[in-house]
Amino acid sequence: MIDVEEAARRIAAKGESKPRLARDPVNQAMVNNWVEALGDANPVYTDPEFAKNSVHGGLVAPPAMAQVWSMAGLHGARAADDPLGAMMSILDEAGYTSVVATNSEQTYHRYLRPGEHVSSSIRLEDVTGPKRTALGEGWFVTTRTIWRVGEEAVAEMVFRVLKFSPSARRETVPDTGAVLRPVVSRDTEFFWEGTRKGELRIQRWGGVLRHPPGPMPPDGDLTAEADYVVAEGTGTVYSYLVHHHPQVPGKKTPFVVALVELAEGVRVLGELVDADPESVYIGLPVEVTFLRVDDELTLPAWKVRA
Amino acid sequence: MTLAGRAAIAGIGATEFSKDSGRSELRLAAEAVSAALGDAGLTPSDVDGLVTFTMDGNAEIAVARELGIPELTFFSRVHYGGGAAAATVQQAAMAVATGVAEVVVAYRAFNERSGHRFGQVSSAAAQQVNTSGVDNGFHYPMGLATPAATVAMVAQRYLHTYGATSEDFGRVAVLDRKHAATNPRAWFHGKPITLEQHQASRWVAEPLHLLDCCQESDGGVALVITSAERARDLAQPPVVIAAAAQGSGPDQYIMTSYYRDDLAALPEMGVVARQLWRQSGLDRSDVDVAVLYDHFTPYVLMQLEELGFCGRGEAKDLVASGALELDGSLPLNPHGGQLGEAYIHGMNGIAEGVRQVRGTAVNQVAGARHVLVTAGTGVPTSGLVLAAS
Repeated sequence: MIDVEEAARRIAAKGESKPRLARDPVNQAMVNNWVEALGDANPVYTDPEFAKNSVHGGLVAPPAMAQVWSMAGLHGARAADDPLGAMMSILDEAGYTSVVATNSEQTYHRYLRPGEHVSSSIRLEDVTGPKRTALGEGWFVTTRTIWRVGEEAVAEMVFRVLKFSPSARRETVPDTGAVLRPVVSRDTEFFWEGTRKGELRIQRWGGVLRHPPGPMPPDGDLTAEADYVVAEGTGTVYSYLVHHHPQVPGKKTPFVVALVELAEGVRVLGELVDADPESVYIGLPVEVTFLRVDDELTLPAWKVRA
Repeated sequence: MTLAGRAAIAGIGATEFSKDSGRSELRLAAEAVSAALGDAGLTPSDVDGLVTFTMDGNAEIAVARELGIPELTFFSRVHYGGGAAAATVQQAAMAVATGVAEVVVAYRAFNERSGHRFGQVSSAAAQQVNTSGVDNGFHYPMGLATPAATVAMVAQRYLHTYGATSEDFGRVAVLDRKHAATNPRAWFHGKPITLEQHQASRWVAEPLHLLDCCQESDGGVALVITSAERARDLAQPPVVIAAAAQGSGPDQYIMTSYYRDDLAALPEMGVVARQLWRQSGLDRSDVDVAVLYDHFTPYVLMQLEELGFCGRGEAKDLVASGALELDGSLPLNPHGGQLGEAYIHGMNGIAEGVRQVRGTAVNQVAGARHVLVTAGTGVPTSGLVLAAS
């Protein structure tokens, strides 16, 4: 399993990537195309005479073009030490294969002038997750890009993407799709058939109840045959725990798992649902409930007895 | 015929203990085995047996290939997670005592932090198609899906039955971390904790705090076992295997033996203890140092009771009394245990037992002649009594 947080710490610890020089210096041709495409008619970017008499005393480039200068081009590749690239690869491997940009906040320290040659460096600021989003479970990855002319920082950008694993199915209870499923054997089949029908079935060998069930009676009699009783479904908490970490598929933390001693005398384990963890105690009266996952699987669980 | 005194640990070796080894598990295994052979004054061509855990990712033949061990006459694996630790030495000792092999190396190596982490939910454990998978079907889908959670269920009942508190668990962690703090090989070297820090650490699975749970580590440990006789001619003073035992109890499950009459007990360790005293001819009062498996603090208390160092429910008083300090009557985990040194599935504890008997441990207990070492608890387990020759 890939430890995303650990990988993020490792990448963040490397700090800023090496300054990468822009393909071209700030140039009028690119500015002309850009302002035309964006419909920015401010003559301070295009009219030398106007610019000369402005506060700038000459032509300047639109500050919002900061990222334009450092773009790698149509066939460009990320630098080998680009932390965003490294983090994307880790998340791809971890199964978060889709990406969407969520935030881009730019800060301009000063205007750039034609002829200046900027370089850019990127550092990984933050990786947060896994978060459940409408798109699917994912991680928010935040980087900071700093553009410099020589040593002087001229612009910065905080850029955030959501790298996510697209949800394959849409379900009423989205959590249950991931539930760990039991391995069922010939000896335990009747139990799971029971939960599907809303019955808590306990294996019976003659007068002896047994749970979890198995293929042999307590006395080893090979001629004996098992049947089952449907438990009344009431009991008391024999022991319990409150699970906090890590996340468990199909469950929302914190949750309570209780080992319950049934009125019939056997212990059965299940989640204690809808209970305030603080109010649970050994001896708490509970009754069975059933959590339907899908047509195949229903889990036995407990709720506090009224 | 008895196993007692027939075999000895002649060499120990280990990699560094880290959170990211930066190399393959097989490389770690090879380094640990190589170091252990070097310690014993032996070479790969002397080795004719290898034994490890079923959970280990490195096949005996792969380790043999990497090290140039030409032929193996004995290779074996022991099941049940960390419960296998001391049993690998037992397997080796039995092979040596019966002449099946002459020099057997027991090893365990993994990237348990940077690779597959045991502390996470293991869907593979839940979905294995065998009896253990069927057993897990009554626990994992219900949300009981991590080692800490399985222990928390027992710990809660223990607290209830004996009136112990989370602080009683915490004192074990504080003690281990105190010992690790003066062990330069320990991950938590120089980082002791207080009981207040233990209490303030986040919940993992209530009643277990984060600091009740051992760390996750990358690393490898290997032990060279040969006959007591041959060991006397090797580089190190032999550490004799005075007793080696495995144990499984009534109605046993892997971490979820929840259906026994008494939930707050570890009867499988009782099975081990009875054999250890009988085989070695020693008594618990002869034990100079105890290296008890400490993946989770509650099971250290319960082991003390199961091994007979105190009565049921009295371990909290034993710990609070200071008896388990280095200068106490039963020094516990002088290397810092798995909470403090590293989690190498109990094998680093056996290496510490060897160092204590040799008199070369960093936190040496003066005059240690008999060391008790236990393996993973909550599972079928094992134990050793190591002795000076």
